[in-house]
Amino acid sequence: MTLPSLYLDHAATTPLLPAAREAMLEGFAIWANPSSPHAAGRAARSALEEARARINASLAWGGEVVFTSGASEALALAIGSCVQPLAAVSAVEHEAVLRHAGDARRLAVDSSGLVSAADCALPGLVAVQQANSETGVLQPLNAIATAVHEAGGFLLADCAQGVGKLVVPDADLIALSAHKFGGPIGVGALLVRDWAMLRATGGQERGYRGGTENLPGVLAMALALEAERSWLDRAVSLRDRLDEGVVAAGGEVVAGATARVPSIGAYRMPGRSARAQLIGFDAQGIAVSAGSACSSGSLRTSHVLAAMGMEPVAAGEVIRVSIGRETDAAAIDRFLAAWREMKGPQ
Amino acid sequence: MIYLDNQATTPLAPEAREAMLPWLAGPDSSGFANPHSPHRPGRLAAAAVEIAREKVAALLPSGGQVVFTSGATEALNLAILGSGRKRLAVSAIEHAAVLETAGFADPECAILPVDRDGLVDAEVALPEGLGLLAVMQVNNEIGTVQPVERLTDRARAAGALFLCDAVQGAGKLAAPEGADLIAVSAHKLYGPKGIGALWIRDGLDLAPIVHGGGQEGGLRSGTLSPALCAGFGAAAELALQRMAPDASHIEALWQAALPLLPGFTLNGSAGQRWRGNLNLRRNGLDVARLMSELRDIAFSAGSACASGSGKPSHVLRAIGLSDKEARSSIRLGFGRYTRMTEVVEACTRIAAAAEAQ
Repeated sequence: MTLPSLYLDHAATTPLLPAAREAMLEGFAIWANPSSPHAAGRAARSALEEARARINASLAWGGEVVFTSGASEALALAIGSCVQPLAAVSAVEHEAVLRHAGDARRLAVDSSGLVSAADCALPGLVAVQQANSETGVLQPLNAIATAVHEAGGFLLADCAQGVGKLVVPDADLIALSAHKFGGPIGVGALLVRDWAMLRATGGQERGYRGGTENLPGVLAMALALEAERSWLDRAVSLRDRLDEGVVAAGGEVVAGATARVPSIGAYRMPGRSARAQLIGFDAQGIAVSAGSACSSGSLRTSHVLAAMGMEPVAAGEVIRVSIGRETDAAAIDRFLAAWREMKGPQ
Repeated sequence: MIYLDNQATTPLAPEAREAMLPWLAGPDSSGFANPHSPHRPGRLAAAAVEIAREKVAALLPSGGQVVFTSGATEALNLAILGSGRKRLAVSAIEHAAVLETAGFADPECAILPVDRDGLVDAEVALPEGLGLLAVMQVNNEIGTVQPVERLTDRARAAGALFLCDAVQGAGKLAAPEGADLIAVSAHKLYGPKGIGALWIRDGLDLAPIVHGGGQEGGLRSGTLSPALCAGFGAAAELALQRMAPDASHIEALWQAALPLLPGFTLNGSAGQRWRGNLNLRRNGLDVARLMSELRDIAFSAGSACASGSGKPSHVLRAIGLSDKEARSSIRLGFGRYTRMTEVVEACTRIAAAAEAQ
């Protein structure tokens, strides 16, 4: 007998919300180019602008919204077009920031995964994420924003794992990705406090991003942001259940004492490599991950865990479990049973 | 509404829409997974991406790889900026995505003129030390088909790369075989918006412009959408199957339209042209008034991207039209789903409204 598959990899991507799917299908019918001046084009334009206003409202964001193909592009746009050069990035940023970072300063994190706000008091562009994609650790972004602003800098916050779950931080540039909160893959946005922070490069989106807009994707993203969020309360207790279950069975919770986004937990199974764990869980139809999806194919040692001072062997035994809207206690219990069986007697 | 703006974007083919649906799934199915995840649902999504990639590749020459992007603009940026070439030449009638990017990469970028017919001279002088030559396959505003075959030979002889913006030609004409880099967009060939591709000749190394998770062989980071890929793949497959019937349908529409538009003059060559593009001018025509009088007919006053700006078209100026002539020009764009009755009705009403001005 095979059990139905259990998806616990919501940090990689989330199921598309039915309402977002409906919005996307309706969007496929509004297929004219929003830049066309005829009536059909203007209808597409007004649908796009209406969605933009709804996204502003959902996020309580008073600044500008530039639609992109996702968070990677939004981060590349922010770093590439910001009028201030990139001064520093946290050591635990996603590769989408780190690979653009060149010789910008690396801001260390402590063993609980936190950046020191005082270290961020730098002029220039400072990039610190909201929630870490591997551990869920939440950075003290409001304190960091104050430090950056007092030093005359701008704060770029990668909020890919936080948007839809947490309040948008007091940052100047914010990257987000729809498919991390129930929207479709292939659309995201860069939030910009003030156009003066970016250099225009021509094209659509007021000259800040060229390319015909993905209207169906934008409509679905707007809907996904408006979805009710009561599942997050449940997620807190489900993640507690996970943490307790793993610890009781002889495992470790990464940054268990640190404030974390409730959807993500990172767990070490001593003596069993993450690769072996993933294969074992996959064979049982349980989808989890080692680190972020993009790097997990390679199963390299996580730069996030290394930055927190974890030894390579221990770091190589950590997997990520990420829960979502449809996850229930039975799912957590099924995962924990599989975890205990794989771990063996203590 | 009669839609005659198929250069700006095309309706989504029902087949492409259908192909996307399994990958727009909720939690009751695994069709939402991240194709870069190594678990089973991730691998299934990755397989869908690879099947789509093969279908898109079938529209393009052999001996290269297809890298998915968010659209042609990103593909052209990746080609130009990623090539690292410093000495550039582009035709005067390229899309802004090429002109602006080439001007950014090489402020001294050579602009190759076109003749009154809207064609680049295949024997045009190329600058010394040329690194990259970009000439589009089919112009988006006037539909002229450029002599890319000869130009690819000349670029190669000069030691330069040849980049072809094939957005308007892909799925309609044979691929520009000799090119090194080819940019295409799904929503111009009845696929979804938000996806395009850059075809890269084997052996050519580009530097990425969007870094991150290292998807697409490190060339283009960002989670790929299996839905958009599958929609693009289905649209490409359909375009390949329907290339001949689509072309004859377009030819019939063109033949029917021209006699219905007396007093209009064609902009650009009639012969070297994709005939789904009827760009016309008429002395003294007030295009804004025409558009407001014919609100249920969707046509363009130039390229969609420039038409919001109120600037006269750089393409119409490049073929030697005065600003006044350019401003009295319209573009009617036919596609696979344009019906003969729609073309007859639209052209009859456009002619009557123009005559009455």
